[in-house]
Amino acid sequence: MTDSTIVRDIIDDEDIDPKFVDTLVEAGADRIRTCIQCGTCSSVCPSGRRTAFRTREIIRKALLGLKEEVLTSPDLWLCATCLTCLERCPRQIKVTDAIIIMRNMAVEEGFMLPQHRKASRKLIKTGHAVPLDDANREMRRELGLQEIPPTTHSSGEALEQVQEIMRRTGFIDLIESTEESGQ
Amino acid sequence: MTESRTYSFFLGCVMPNRFPNVEKSIREVLPRIGIELEDLQGASCCPAPGVIRSFDEPTWLALASRNLALAEQAGHDIITGCNGCYGTFKETLAELHEHPERLAEVQRVFKGLGIKFTGNVDARHLIEVIYFDVGLDRIRELVKRPLRGLRVAVHYGCHLLKPSKNRPWRRTQRHRFLDELVEATGAESVQYRDKFMCCGAGGGVRGSNAPVSVDIAREKLDNMMAAGVDAVINVCSFCHLQFEFSQLQLNKELGENRYNLPVLYYTQLLGLALGLEPEQLGLHKHVISTEDLLSRILGQ
Ligand code: SF4
Ligand code: SF4
Repeated sequence: MTDSTIVRDIIDDEDIDPKFVDTLVEAGADRIRTCIQCGTCSSVCPSGRRTAFRTREIIRKALLGLKEEVLTSPDLWLCATCLTCLERCPRQIKVTDAIIIMRNMAVEEGFMLPQHRKASRKLIKTGHAVPLDDANREMRRELGLQEIPPTTHSSGEALEQVQEIMRRTGFIDLIESTEESGQ
Repeated sequence: MTESRTYSFFLGCVMPNRFPNVEKSIREVLPRIGIELEDLQGASCCPAPGVIRSFDEPTWLALASRNLALAEQAGHDIITGCNGCYGTFKETLAELHEHPERLAEVQRVFKGLGIKFTGNVDARHLIEVIYFDVGLDRIRELVKRPLRGLRVAVHYGCHLLKPSKNRPWRRTQRHRFLDELVEATGAESVQYRDKFMCCGAGGGVRGSNAPVSVDIAREKLDNMMAAGVDAVINVCSFCHLQFEFSQLQLNKELGENRYNLPVLYYTQLLGLALGLEPEQLGLHKHVISTEDLLSRILGQ
């Protein structure tokens, strides 16, 4: 092997955002700086067992301030939020919370998977991420249950209230306005 | 259990809209063991902790608070049969109690909408109420049709148990309560590999990365089947969906009927032990047929 075959993966200064960790800490991942890179989180991860997703790597990259790399990574969306890493981390880092915080930041920057946008639209339209369909409406009737459940599905007033809340928190704008930049 | 107590029944999305048969079993069984249910009128999605919380945490907190406020106004604590909804409410309440400024923020969002909310309300999982308030002894007393000879795999799920700091269980791992509740019906809870592993449905993974999600369920199903069980018992509408639908999907991919493990929600198992008819428990409406299992239990 000659030297020329060695690829050096160099991190450029402009890729590093030193404020990234501060933002994570402020949002609630308060112990993240104490990570010792032990890999416990990766070793207990059910998603990592079958994919190249490494929880420890995401935490390391976050600590390095590689904001863009982390936020644009599809790996961020492989976490099943099972909370096993959060439970087992020897430094008691709220690992899952950190991932959720980074996901919020990713969405804000327009990185949202199409299926997730679809589920959000359903929530906005019906008050439910998984709304009632005809087959289940029929099943409810057969089972002797109230055909339309007593949720936002059977109250226009309740639905309007839920939609108004989503308007006020900016959720409707977030889902509709980030369409172009994402994916 | 001394007297019955009324709870505001929070349905969520998956249970009423995809598995009304599970809802039916809860409505049949809970009042029979002293837990009264009152419908929570106008509730929305909890909202889902893996997806909506991942997209915009403040929206998640506000909508969860609205659902909690409905119960607070009704004068009851919430009872839920979904681990995801349970997680959302437990984490929302902890957040609001630890950070009063966030409660104020939610109240600002609610301004002029006629929602009174102080955060003085609790949310419980129905399995928690059954275990702590009804108790194993009472369950054993009520059993009319002991499910002897039935070997099952219990699946606890994740958000029911974790984060352990904000959960009511006496231990943080190697839990036994669901095994004990299953055994109170006369059935045997069989040990299997990675019993506490996730079902793979949460975190938005099922929606966006279906192959990964289904493969996690496959690993659990393989482990259960290797232990030679007759059914899987769960306590979460989303885990229930995951085990029911993933088996269909796996069989389709394989081109053979390898996955046929009946998936029962705990109240369906308990209902059978209490002597209820399968139809009262929605057991005729399963994705993976319960027919063989039922004929064994009912001795037909
Ligand atoms: S388990 Fe905790 S300390 Fe270990 S690598 Fe993961 S985040 Fe860092
Ligand atoms: S919470 Fe997410 S990252 Fe942590 S172990 Fe579970 S799936 Fe993996």
